[in-house]
Amino acid sequence: MTDATAAERPIRAKGALRRLAERPLALFGLFLILLVVGGAVLAPLVAPFDPSEQHFDGLTIEGAPLPPGGVFLLGTDLLGRDLLSRILWGARTSLIIGVAANGLALVIGTLVGLTAGYFRGWIGAVLMRFTDLMMAFPALLLAICLAAIFQPSLWIVAMVIAFVNWVQTARVIFTETSALSEREFIAAERTLGAGTGRILFRHILPHLLPTIIVWGTLGISTTVLLEATLSYLGVGVQPPTPSWGNIIFENQTYFQSAPWLVFIPGAAILLLALAFNLVGDALRDVLDPTQRGRD
Amino acid sequence: MSGAAPLSGAASAPDADALPALTVEGLEVSVRTEAGLRPLVSGLSFTLARGETLAIAGESGSGKSITSLAIMGLLPPPAVRITGGRIKLGRTELTDLPEGRMRAIRGDRVAMIFQEPMTSLNPVLTIGTQLAEAIRAHETVSKAEARARALEALRSVRLSQPERRLDQYPHELSGGMRQRVMIAMALALRPEVLIADEPTTALDVTVQREVLDLLRDLQRELGTAIILITHDMGVVAEMADRVIVMRDGRMVEEGRATQIFTEPRADYTRALLAAVPRMGAGRGRPPVEAEPIARLSDLQVRFDLKGGLLGRTQARVHAVEHVSFDIRRGETFALVGESGCGKSTIAKAMVGLVPHEGRIEIGGQTLGTLDAAGRKALRRRVQIVFQDPMAALDPRMRIGDLIAEPLVIHGIGTPEERRARVGDLLTRVGLSPAQMERYPHEFSGGQRQRICIARALALRPELIIADESVSALDVSVQARVLDLLAALKREFGIALLFISHDMAVVENVSDRVAVMYLGQIVEMGTRDQVFGNPQHPYTRRLIEAVPVPDPLHQRPPAPRLAGEIPSPVHPVGAGPERVRLADVGAGHLVAG
Repeated sequence: MTDATAAERPIRAKGALRRLAERPLALFGLFLILLVVGGAVLAPLVAPFDPSEQHFDGLTIEGAPLPPGGVFLLGTDLLGRDLLSRILWGARTSLIIGVAANGLALVIGTLVGLTAGYFRGWIGAVLMRFTDLMMAFPALLLAICLAAIFQPSLWIVAMVIAFVNWVQTARVIFTETSALSEREFIAAERTLGAGTGRILFRHILPHLLPTIIVWGTLGISTTVLLEATLSYLGVGVQPPTPSWGNIIFENQTYFQSAPWLVFIPGAAILLLALAFNLVGDALRDVLDPTQRGRD
Repeated sequence: MSGAAPLSGAASAPDADALPALTVEGLEVSVRTEAGLRPLVSGLSFTLARGETLAIAGESGSGKSITSLAIMGLLPPPAVRITGGRIKLGRTELTDLPEGRMRAIRGDRVAMIFQEPMTSLNPVLTIGTQLAEAIRAHETVSKAEARARALEALRSVRLSQPERRLDQYPHELSGGMRQRVMIAMALALRPEVLIADEPTTALDVTVQREVLDLLRDLQRELGTAIILITHDMGVVAEMADRVIVMRDGRMVEEGRATQIFTEPRADYTRALLAAVPRMGAGRGRPPVEAEPIARLSDLQVRFDLKGGLLGRTQARVHAVEHVSFDIRRGETFALVGESGCGKSTIAKAMVGLVPHEGRIEIGGQTLGTLDAAGRKALRRRVQIVFQDPMAALDPRMRIGDLIAEPLVIHGIGTPEERRARVGDLLTRVGLSPAQMERYPHEFSGGQRQRICIARALALRPELIIADESVSALDVSVQARVLDLLAALKREFGIALLFISHDMAVVENVSDRVAVMYLGQIVEMGTRDQVFGNPQHPYTRRLIEAVPVPDPLHQRPPAPRLAGEIPSPVHPVGAGPERVRLADVGAGHLVAG
């Protein structure tokens, strides 16, 4: 028994991975994420056409876009560009926004919420009033202002999105941290002499993980769509660079005559969010020791 | 008193009707798990006569609460359900009654009071509204009439100022008052059967005394049959006519209360009774003579209550007022008192969790004058074990990491040395080093408290503060944890500050005792002085209120009290009157 437990230690992380692998839904999510990442990275190789190329045969004689099928697998858009190629290239933008910008927003929000929730006092008051201010200020307007000041580029857009998106996370994390710091095991930790950093990152942060995961996955679709809005208003990713969001926005007026132009990129966003959600949920369960042995 | 109860109960019960109030036959309750049905209660049969009090005693997990929920038809669906047997209320078969009919019976013919009255009352409705609603749910009476009945019900439970209480909200009442309201609500419709599930466990001893007296008096007047579910053998002895002892979902023994206590047949009953701390069991040890490890002088802890537009301090909670005492090396110093008396606040002040005024000296160093490093070093000398071990252990950490945590924080040893030390500590507190990789939720309550004790020992402290450390544990577990603490104390020469509300436990373990009331010490001395010759009226009241696990014990008649402890909140500038302690001989200090 002692030997077995001693041997268990180094493989702790592996154990978590294995338990993750035992969940079919998590594997499906992982597969979807890999698919999107693969598509984005390999876009130059796998995309059938140049995403910006306007095909002469990509439009009907009346000038309407082609529905999915034939040469253009997912159909074409209003300018006769291949939708599949645009989706693949657009995955690059959307992944950067949905993962990097959203991740950055999550980090900022968590740090702000954690600091404010644990210390409270004047630090907490200042941080949370600033958060409230950010919340009250129309995020879109702020994003437009910021994007207009800086030269619009993908990374600037990502920063802007991160900057307006951390507030909700901060609020939620603040509330949870305040509740957690009142818990007795945190008091016990203090009486053992643990420093603030240790309490915050070793004892409070792990308990926030489920919340962070939920907000992180929810944030993917919000950020991708915010990017689309910014692009639509001309301060986001500049055309002709495709992103899933701007494909939807470009084509939304033709929703009735060419539904695939909205439906397919919409489905892509949905699938990406779903994929992260599935993996996130599984990760949360796998990392929660009280759930062990219950699956 | 308990001798008189069955007599008068028989007088008020309708003798002609021999039909028992409640019959349970071969009851089986199971929970559905992935591994199939797991029985929680099996083969339980008993009858409850009219006007009788039947106690179902047992430790946690014995199935006693599940039984009461089964009778009420309140088993949590769909996982837990009755899988066999029958429950009959009078002539009504309850087991397969549809929910709609059951709802009509619940509250009207069989009522229940729970352990925690705050969670059983709706916090946003007034007491009067809730009582009137309960009455109107079963009887068609006008609102005014229901209110009049509610008032009458509050009077019958001897609540002070019943007219005012009708318009108050639950949070405005104390725990004891809330439990009275729950009793009033349960008895307003004169049910045939009242199930009281640990009705006094969350209450202070003196309040428990009042509530038990009340229940007994009401039963005599109304002839209600009571099922009293409790883990406290003292309460059983005082209240019950008959007793069922349960363990692991099965009935271990059944009999008249006098028989169970005087000649228990089952080994388990005997063990259970042996584990009950009794007053008078700990007399005769000489007090420890040594220099003090901790010295508190004129300690005060106050909490500001801020309010108003500008957030000014409007009042202060005087949690601890001018408290001074010493704890000698190697002794057990007990602080006793009821909830809100400030005993836990003293513990928190001593480990630096709340700011204080006055002086706390530990091993010659004064708290509050130290820098960060000094404070951290002081942590090694004083450790605390909290009441609820589940709350005090980070649920996301392994036991091994939890116990090693203090060693890691103070940078003691290499990982291998720490691991060895953790293994030693686990063995020392009666667990196995093989359990290092498990998580807190995989242990029982008693084992978790052992883990907390192991963690407190890791730094080899000179003083351990046990803040109600055994209060949440079952008696048999409690006895073993107390033995463990005593053994560790002897072995390592650790001093123990033992904080408890349980007079019997304190009497058994302590060398010296201080009794606290409203933030001040009202009596202090050796155990023999305080328990053998209690001088302060409050000390006497506390000692007299302790339920005695002996059904033949005659309690001296006392006035039926409905007292409330005054509030420790005072406006800024004012404060409670300071009590002066006078020596009545050999260091026995009593408030004058």
